Amino acid sequence: MRKIRELVIEKSLLGSALITIAVTVGIISVLAIEAVRFFKEVSLFDFFTDTQWTPLFTDKHYGILPLLSGTFLTSLIAISVALPIGLSISIYLSEYAPKSFRKTIKPLLELLAAIPTVVYGFFALIVVTPFLQQFIPNLSGFNSLSAGVVMGIMIIPFVSSISEDALHAVPRALREASYGMGATKLQTAFKVVVPAASSGIIVSIILAISRAIGETMIVAVAAGQQPRLTLDPTVPVETITAYIVQVSLGDVEHGSIEYRTIFAAGITLFVFTFLLNTLSYRIRKKYQEKYE
Amino acid sequence: MNSIQKNRLKDQLFKIWGIVCTLIGLVLLIIFIGDIFIDGISRIDWEFITDLPSRKAEKSGIYTALMGSIWILILTTIISFPIGVAAGVYLEEYSKKNRLSALLEINISNLAGVPSIIYGLLGLELFARIMNLGASVLTGSLTLSLLILPIIIVATREAIKSVPNSIRDASFALGASKWQTIWHQILPASGGGILTGVILALSRAVGETAPLIVIGALAYVPFAPSTPMDEFSVLPIQIFNWISRPQHGFIENAAAAIIILLLITFVMNGIAVYFRNRWQKKWK
Repeated sequence: MRKIRELVIEKSLLGSALITIAVTVGIISVLAIEAVRFFKEVSLFDFFTDTQWTPLFTDKHYGILPLLSGTFLTSLIAISVALPIGLSISIYLSEYAPKSFRKTIKPLLELLAAIPTVVYGFFALIVVTPFLQQFIPNLSGFNSLSAGVVMGIMIIPFVSSISEDALHAVPRALREASYGMGATKLQTAFKVVVPAASSGIIVSIILAISRAIGETMIVAVAAGQQPRLTLDPTVPVETITAYIVQVSLGDVEHGSIEYRTIFAAGITLFVFTFLLNTLSYRIRKKYQEKYE
Repeated sequence: MNSIQKNRLKDQLFKIWGIVCTLIGLVLLIIFIGDIFIDGISRIDWEFITDLPSRKAEKSGIYTALMGSIWILILTTIISFPIGVAAGVYLEEYSKKNRLSALLEINISNLAGVPSIIYGLLGLELFARIMNLGASVLTGSLTLSLLILPIIIVATREAIKSVPNSIRDASFALGASKWQTIWHQILPASGGGILTGVILALSRAVGETAPLIVIGALAYVPFAPSTPMDEFSVLPIQIFNWISRPQHGFIENAAAAIIILLLITFVMNGIAVYFRNRWQKKWK
């Protein structure tokens, strides 16, 4: 009797674990089925080479490039804000800061990542854009600059937390050896500790990029809804995610080509983040083996 | 200046730069919240909480959105908590090192990195269309449950990992079965850690906007939901809707609603930190 009970429990726990596989299968099939239907009407060649994305207008074009450039541009701005600040924070906290300071400041920084993103969107549109307009007079009301900067602030804790963990895991002996040679903390940090923790730092950067690409509400609120192929940070652009939101807010009939565009856009987004996540997982696994 | 002095100077400069970077995030956080407070605090009164949404900014309230958020919170907890903890227990206590466990692990790590809006597309097609649940509270909760499942699983595993093996051994030595050991020893011992993870995951669900917009949650709902099959709105969507309106007065409403949303988020994070601290002390 007891054996049967144990077995039933084990199998139902296994069932719960298998739900996660079902979720992945569900995501891939839902995206793939609708995307295949989409590509029956639009050729893959047009999708990747047409420089206009206007599925909601009468003159319809289905080129993903403008959405990709919008996503790329906002992510690039976000990473250029988050990377230097996040890495400096992680090096400072791990190598310089007193332990008590580190312990109080880390949860506070992580609070930055706990704030709902729609709140950041409000901040980008209502505070940061008017502030930047004082210095850049031709900055449009919707632009990738303030959306990107605010997104960068949001992902600082992703970079700093994971990098700091990696730096912290570097064995003390390596530092002692460097100090023994007369190196300063700065020299030790950049010539010994950072190279030793490089895989963990790379993982943090990849995860931050993946997060930036998939971020939705900040760009939907502050970057605008005009797909255009540009790298000019002062004009309105549209990202893949913002486009999906734009279509979802309108009344789009199920089964129409407009409806399918969001799945075609979604699968593009999914492929990028999937590649980045898999890459970071591989690096992390390798690096765990190295230290254990 | 010789090179030793130069290096010491560089060292000191970097230290200052590090402090500046660390504080810049926090200073911006304070500016954000301060600014939103100035914009919105005067708008918050009892009517703002209990009024229905309206075309006129000064008559609009957050009642339906707040009720929607509470509904979502409760249903998402009911769905995601048992599944997430069960999956975590399986992976940590039962699963052997084989291809299935490797697959489960890489899969969960990948799911945690899937953008939330993709979960919205899954929910739209699977729950709203194929299962014919429509843009209901249930569809929203199911979608968000899948979204936070990886977070709960990872937190459960971490919490179980930190339970000392001596507790397992003692329980087995007394003749307890595997499940009895888990139910009576492991789960109570790791409860604080699991709870911390679940609350943090739920606080993320309360702030989510994009997947709910994709499944078709509305910006304007005249009534609070009364069953899981009703249409709904949530606070973040209400805020998004108000931000996008050009008319005067809605920005104040958005700021006021943000104060309420941040209050909920911070209280949940505070509770999670409290549990974590209490639970960490227990094992030291």
